[in-house]
Amino acid sequence: MNDILYVLLRRLRMPLITLIVVYAVSIVGFTLVPGMDDQGNPWRMDFFHAFYFVSFMGSTIGFGEIPYPFTDAQRMWTLVTIYASVIAWLYSIGVTLAILQDGGFRRLLQLRSFITQVRRLREPFYLVCGCGVTGSAVVRELSERGIRTVVVDVNQQRIDKLELAGLPLPVPALCADASLPDILDHAGLQHPFCKGVLALTNNDNVNLSIAIASKLLEPKRLMISRSENDVTSANLASFGTDLIVDPFRAYAEYVALAAHSPHRHLVFDWLMNPQHRSLASVYRHAEGRWIICGYGRFGRNIGHQLQRSGTAVTVIDPNAENIRNLSDAVVGIGTEAVTLRAAGVEEAVGIVAGTANDADNLSIIMTARELNPKLMTVVRQNLRANRLVFSNSGCDFVMQPGLIIATRILAQLKTPLLSVFIDQLMQQDEVWAHTLVNRMSAMVGDDKLDSRSIRIDQHEASAVQAKLEEGEELKLLTLIKNPHDRKQTLRCFPLMLRRKDEVRLLPGELTLLEPGDEILFCGQAQDLKRMEWTVYNYSTLHYLLTGMDLTESRLQRWLRGGEKRT
Amino acid sequence: MNREKVIFAFFIVLALTLNFGFVFGEIDNIQHHDVMELFLATVVSFICTLLKFGDRSHLGALMLATSLVADLQLIIAGTIWGYGEHIAATGMTPRVMASVVSFAGGALLANIISVILLMFETVLIRR
Repeated sequence: MNDILYVLLRRLRMPLITLIVVYAVSIVGFTLVPGMDDQGNPWRMDFFHAFYFVSFMGSTIGFGEIPYPFTDAQRMWTLVTIYASVIAWLYSIGVTLAILQDGGFRRLLQLRSFITQVRRLREPFYLVCGCGVTGSAVVRELSERGIRTVVVDVNQQRIDKLELAGLPLPVPALCADASLPDILDHAGLQHPFCKGVLALTNNDNVNLSIAIASKLLEPKRLMISRSENDVTSANLASFGTDLIVDPFRAYAEYVALAAHSPHRHLVFDWLMNPQHRSLASVYRHAEGRWIICGYGRFGRNIGHQLQRSGTAVTVIDPNAENIRNLSDAVVGIGTEAVTLRAAGVEEAVGIVAGTANDADNLSIIMTARELNPKLMTVVRQNLRANRLVFSNSGCDFVMQPGLIIATRILAQLKTPLLSVFIDQLMQQDEVWAHTLVNRMSAMVGDDKLDSRSIRIDQHEASAVQAKLEEGEELKLLTLIKNPHDRKQTLRCFPLMLRRKDEVRLLPGELTLLEPGDEILFCGQAQDLKRMEWTVYNYSTLHYLLTGMDLTESRLQRWLRGGEKRT
Repeated sequence: MNREKVIFAFFIVLALTLNFGFVFGEIDNIQHHDVMELFLATVVSFICTLLKFGDRSHLGALMLATSLVADLQLIIAGTIWGYGEHIAATGMTPRVMASVVSFAGGALLANIISVILLMFETVLIRR
């Protein structure tokens, strides 16, 4: 707060001095100018009356001539002082307004209010640096889940957009360079409620310096960073960054997964995306050659991913330099039939329209479908504003790189177990994934599939922990029983169980629980919420285990435990 | 030579000298104290305060504080004068004058400290 006051006072110094001097001269003048009292005796105003007269003259001009009617000499001096004081006031007010309008001063005010907002946060929040497509998607989703965020971005336009987005929670946002530790500190890097830092700017060096600052100050805090090249990724990993997302690779993996293993892709999509596709949308995977239009960084990554899974690839790119070393490549944009035919679109099974231009991408897909209606189409959407055209384009997959990364990050924030599960999923085969998708579909139908993880400890599952400490045996099955009726089960099932470093996929329902176990469940959101009764409420858990209602309070139980111990 | 420094030092020393001139004399003798001098001392003191605004150093903060003290003391002295002259039934008595001068004397002390600090700053910068 201090610096604002100082800046204001320093800038107001000249107008204030002017005002004081004008007033002083006027007052002294009035005490010197000869006057006359009501009896016609010579009289001079004293300081008290002069100060009184000048005070009201300067602000209003017009209470009359007091205490006695003025002489002509006094009137002349009054004329001078009226103009002097009006000009002095105009000058002072003008300068004050100019200061308030001044960009630098307003930025200072904004910074102040931002710092105060962040300092007053009294609930856990995430610090998001960089608010492009990915950042704003993450902020929106977190805000909708009721989690607070603080945003720093270098671009004022993006900050303005965020303010206009109508998020359910207020998001303190600052336009500043996030690579400066000072700015990060203002944004709550050392705040006790800062749960995690997300470095999502499109500059690797900035992300790196954010990650370093965060890890130095708070080694145990969650740190997620975007990284565009392997050197930075390795660097980030070296000091324990919790999740490193390479936008090009994440996007390419996702597209390649969609292209060659539809069922695994569907499992991935169901777990990651709230708005998932229905089971019916799974297409019959056809072996064959794929065409990639646009061989920039995204295209190259997709090419590598597809080739790794043994799919043949033909590349179309307007720049001959890019495709010089490729055996199967065509020069051209791909929007015209000639190029597509040259690339063999009639025999191909799928096409990826992955150029940086949305209009080109749509044009490629439309031309290609005319030439080969059975073609699988994957299209890259660059700008969010084009959503309407893309959702009506009838493409099999619309890929927004920024959003794909955002879902990855959100999954990690929701439960780190989900990322582990996804890694495991990638090592399984299509048949396994197919069975899993069928099971999921049977569980939720077309409703939203949600997931949650539970860790058996005092904090996240106090009832279960208490039962285990009493020496009871608990099966996984108990947790998925309906807490209102133990004969029914909830519409959810365990996906994975992690015990120390050992990971078990789809654990059996008869598995015995141990303290410290982490279990990932998926199923209907509503039923997963009901599970909280079982996990937290000792009486409910007792009922599920024995079928009897427990009439004992926690206090009685504690006393009984105490007796046992003595 | 720095013009700003000259102006700054000029006003600070002027505040002290005017203040001293007013206080100088027998404390309760009305003849010894000039109202014009009190007025000028107050105005110059205000200007000093404004000149000291915006310096964030420790010394700057101290100087601002002494100046604010002088302002306060002089305003009180002026108010007592006005009260004695116009409002009090007894008019200006030596007793009222004594309290005006003693308040102005307090301001004098603050102004002296201010000048000492100014000298301090000068010496420090020299080194």
